Amino acid sequence: MGGRERGPADECNDETPDEGVWNLRLYVAGQTAKSIKAFANLKKICEEHLAGKYTIEVIDLSANPRLAKGDQILALPTLVRKLPPPLRKIIGDLSNSERVLVGLDLRPRP
Amino acid sequence: MTKTKKAQRPPLDTLPKCPTGIKGLDEVTGGGLPQGRPTLVCGNAGCGKTVLGMEFLVRGSTEYEEPGVFMSFEETEDDLIKNFTPIGFDLPALIERKKIALDYVFVDRGAIEETGEYDLEGLFIRLAFAIDQVGAKRVVLDTIESLFSGLSNEGILRAELRRLFRWLKEKGVTALITAEQGRDTLTRHGLEEYVADCVIALDHRVIDQISTRRLRVIKYRGSVHGADEHPFLIQPTGISLLPITSLNMDHTAPTDRVSTGIERLDTMLGGKGYYRGSAILVSGSAGTGKTSVGAHFVDSACRNGHRAVFLAFEESPSQIVRNMRSIGIDLDPWEQKELLRFHAIRPTRYGLESHLARIHILIDDFKPAVVVIDPVSNLVSIGSISDVKLMLTRLMDFLKTYEITTLCTDLTAGGTSAQQTEIGLSSLMDTWILLRSLESDGERNRTMYIAKSRGIAHSDQVREFLLTDNGVELVDVYLGTAGVLTGSARAAREALDTAQELARRNELERKQRELERKRTSLKAQLATLKAEFEAEEEELQQAIDQEVGREKALDYDQRKMARLRRADET
Repeated sequence: MGGRERGPADECNDETPDEGVWNLRLYVAGQTAKSIKAFANLKKICEEHLAGKYTIEVIDLSANPRLAKGDQILALPTLVRKLPPPLRKIIGDLSNSERVLVGLDLRPRP
Repeated sequence: MTKTKKAQRPPLDTLPKCPTGIKGLDEVTGGGLPQGRPTLVCGNAGCGKTVLGMEFLVRGSTEYEEPGVFMSFEETEDDLIKNFTPIGFDLPALIERKKIALDYVFVDRGAIEETGEYDLEGLFIRLAFAIDQVGAKRVVLDTIESLFSGLSNEGILRAELRRLFRWLKEKGVTALITAEQGRDTLTRHGLEEYVADCVIALDHRVIDQISTRRLRVIKYRGSVHGADEHPFLIQPTGISLLPITSLNMDHTAPTDRVSTGIERLDTMLGGKGYYRGSAILVSGSAGTGKTSVGAHFVDSACRNGHRAVFLAFEESPSQIVRNMRSIGIDLDPWEQKELLRFHAIRPTRYGLESHLARIHILIDDFKPAVVVIDPVSNLVSIGSISDVKLMLTRLMDFLKTYEITTLCTDLTAGGTSAQQTEIGLSSLMDTWILLRSLESDGERNRTMYIAKSRGIAHSDQVREFLLTDNGVELVDVYLGTAGVLTGSARAAREALDTAQELARRNELERKQRELERKRTSLKAQLATLKAEFEAEEEELQQAIDQEVGREKALDYDQRKMARLRRADET
């Protein structure tokens, strides 16, 4: 997997979130085919549409099950757009780019 | 454990069961829900599925040392805690003691973009985490069908559900899954495909403005179960299912007797009163004194230190106490001493099953020896005659199993034949006391007779039934040539009788006096005769004496002359 991964520790480094920087969280359950695929797809989409102004956080729920309840995650993988608000949730391995863009509000809903 | 030499046939019902602790449910299911398997509970909105699920967990953790997880798809944890406080489930305490874990799964009803392959591993992770947190052996998913409204890919959803139930079985937890009732199918989304070991249906119906809750075990693989509908109540202590009473009629028949509270009535019943544990019916038209008979019985029972329950379907307890005081029965002290409990409720307040369930609960709680139901006939206002009779059959069976002596009063319509009670109840009863009012000469009097009393040589005589300041008094009726007379006619007749008796006595006395007089008169006559006789006797005696004297004198004179003449002594 390429790209910069942000762990929960990096959160505290953010003092003032940049208006343009997108904060995306990908919830997975360990390293499965789906999670690897989802991450790859996500990277691709981000590079294409949000180059330079995004951060991706990968949360492994099998290591951190408590977060599943806290963040109300049901389906995996789930992508959550934390910033900019409002919160947006997308489920699936992100192979349908169109849907991903619509879900992230990068493309208007048809 | 020693092994038996011969191979024994295993008992038929070897499926291990998980006792729910819910009143009546374990009896109906033959021990509880299937252990380690999922059970489906379906029903319409508000039928009590969530309560059933939560009670299953709460009792599991407090009574059977089995912690549980409640995964809710509809209510938040706070709402659940709030909703169950009035039922007496202290969820925060249980959560703190790690006996129960609550997990609210928020299902976004809005459209979530589905961008490819996914699964519900998140749900599994959460469930696994919660189970491990408390070491749960019981799990409730309420209601998992909510997932269908949040996720559009039914294929994935159904596959995951199948996986979930397999996973639950592997985990070895006893799971309770709730679902909405479908229109044509058992559940709206067909969950019964996956959860097929045990299916329980809850029903909440409103018939004639009265709501009744019912439970039915539709399916229980591997176990013999009753297929009937069982009414239940949701009480402040949880769910209470009406147990299947022993309609087998295998209860024992006690042989000792209890007093009726009315001395003469005891005498009429073979000298001792009712059989303990028997059922007594007191029927009569309005105002004949049925409640009074019931009150006497209660009074007598409490006096002997037994507990009594008075089920009043018509009058309020204070009214009954006041009315009974007017005939000299004071029920208030018994109530104060907690020997008597009133349960007054209008029949139309609940459905028949609710009444039955409530009576069950009251009797289980208070454990009386005597129950008076006054009147039983009112119940027909909430059900058909056959429904009421069925309910009463169950009630009487229940009471007989506990050897409770029951007295039911029955209001009969004035015009109908006295032998016909409105609901044909007499066959359920062992003793039947009929109160009738007779009208004659512009007056209405009450009579009583015992129509039947199984096992007792009872008196067949009609007695007049009086409500006096000292309670009920039974008076012999007048049997004269004019027929049976009661009331003032009897009193008049009795007065006449007394007068005649007096006259006869006077006549007798007169005759005796006459005899006495005759005797006296005779005596007087005798006395006179005697006196006369004595007088005559005296005279005669005098004459005799004179004669004798003269003779003597003559003799002397002769002798003297002889001596003088010196004659020979002759």
